[in-house]
Amino acid sequence: MDRFLFLTFDGLSRGAVYAAFALALVLIWRAARIVNFAQGAMAVATAYVAYSVADATGSYWLGFIVALVAGLLLGAGVERVVMRFVDHSSPLNGVVVALGLVLIIQGVLGMVYGNEFRPATAPFSRDGFDVGGIALLSNYDLFVFGAVGAVVVLLTLLFTRTPTGLRMRAAAFAPDVSRLLGVPVGGMLTLGWALAAAVGSLAGMLVIPTELGLHPTAMDIVFISAFTAAVVGGLDSPIGSVLGGLIVGLLLSYISGYLGATVAPMAVLALLVVVLLGRPDGLFSRSAKARTA
Amino acid sequence: MSALLEVEGLTAGYGAAPVLHDVSLTVQAGQIVAVLGANGAGKSTLLRTLSGLLPAEKGRVVFDGQDLRGIKVERMVHLGIAHVPEGRGVVTELTVDENLRLGGLWRKPQPSLAPIYELFPRLAERKGHLGHQLSGGERQMLAIGRALAAQPRLLLLDEPSLGLAPKITAQIMTLLRDLRDRTGLAVLLVEQNVRSALSIADQGIVLSLGRIVTRHDAATLVDDADLRHAYLGF
Repeated sequence: MDRFLFLTFDGLSRGAVYAAFALALVLIWRAARIVNFAQGAMAVATAYVAYSVADATGSYWLGFIVALVAGLLLGAGVERVVMRFVDHSSPLNGVVVALGLVLIIQGVLGMVYGNEFRPATAPFSRDGFDVGGIALLSNYDLFVFGAVGAVVVLLTLLFTRTPTGLRMRAAAFAPDVSRLLGVPVGGMLTLGWALAAAVGSLAGMLVIPTELGLHPTAMDIVFISAFTAAVVGGLDSPIGSVLGGLIVGLLLSYISGYLGATVAPMAVLALLVVVLLGRPDGLFSRSAKARTA
Repeated sequence: MSALLEVEGLTAGYGAAPVLHDVSLTVQAGQIVAVLGANGAGKSTLLRTLSGLLPAEKGRVVFDGQDLRGIKVERMVHLGIAHVPEGRGVVTELTVDENLRLGGLWRKPQPSLAPIYELFPRLAERKGHLGHQLSGGERQMLAIGRALAAQPRLLLLDEPSLGLAPKITAQIMTLLRDLRDRTGLAVLLVEQNVRSALSIADQGIVLSLGRIVTRHDAATLVDDADLRHAYLGF
């Protein structure tokens, strides 16, 4: 039972990061109908910048803020300079361009920072509190929950309570009609990419200290888990992506806890295959119902 | 007095073959102009070109003294042109209230939606419903209400009667006439339902294969049997 509790909390903490990263994928999917395979590489790039700033100034938090701002700028830049010019007549075009971006970003990071793991410090202790003899939550876990929770709440408020959020949703669902109503659709798309990339950067900042450290490919494995989370939840469903992230986090934690860490990546892929075969629209997607209505 | 909308020698279409040829027309403030003609005559293309969704190949469009060449689609509503596209263009994933708010969103401060709900009590009842839960008539009301929330001076209305029961079509036509009389709204009304359109229009224009073949006062078009037979087929 102790072990189960420990694995549950560990899984939720990990899952929260996947949830944030999956949310970033869903934001772009909803806005542009592109799965942003470059999201991991983009997040790593901003993490490198963040740790450079943190090293130079001695302030982790300054670096943290820089990561988020760099995410916003990188996201906006990728949309404005690259993705806007992709011919969307075939869905594969966006994927291929995104994969090209991965190669470019990882290549540049390797040239600038070197292809070795660099230490990435965490801003809080990762030692768990002792609760009845089991080390459950650490300060860092609480930070992760708080940060991801804040992002989910802020994005929900943005999309449901503000004129800009309404514009962004309308532009995603019906670009031509939105244009006729005076919505600057291109600007909304740029904003969507910027926000998504910033959320991706946040996820990167949260997960990199818990893994081996900074490396150009540090987010590749995380991307697979988060992509699975987004598919499990339904690529169209922000709430689904958050729940999907938690599900994948728990699954990974239980599998590596009870069956061994080497099995865990296979379990993620197995989940992806099962969901794609059984419910390709995701467990929490409303779109299937809406389409038949 | 110069016209609210002046179109001169407009040629436009999709790709190589133009759909519209050398179309000229004017709409005065407070005037309803019906654009009639068979399927494929270029009626929707005309509206899409006027609102900037399609680029014009040749010709000039002047709205309230301003040449519209090069004006972005999303700026049109700022100038006072609202386009209700064919198929109604309700954002089905948004609620009735969100759709309506979207219409007035570009205005600072944002206008109250109360007058729109007063005009369409049915929409007030269905405020929180999603677009895809509405009936065809409700969607049409929502699309028109949303356009009116932008407080336009010119309404480009594409086939409002499409798929609607005659009673609802009549309601919408009456509403348009009242709006014109009360607010001086100008309407360029594309319709296949000739009788309905001419019942409220001041002027009728008949398009055939992308060219204007005749234009008359609405009353003349309805009353003159020869014209009716020749151009409207009834």
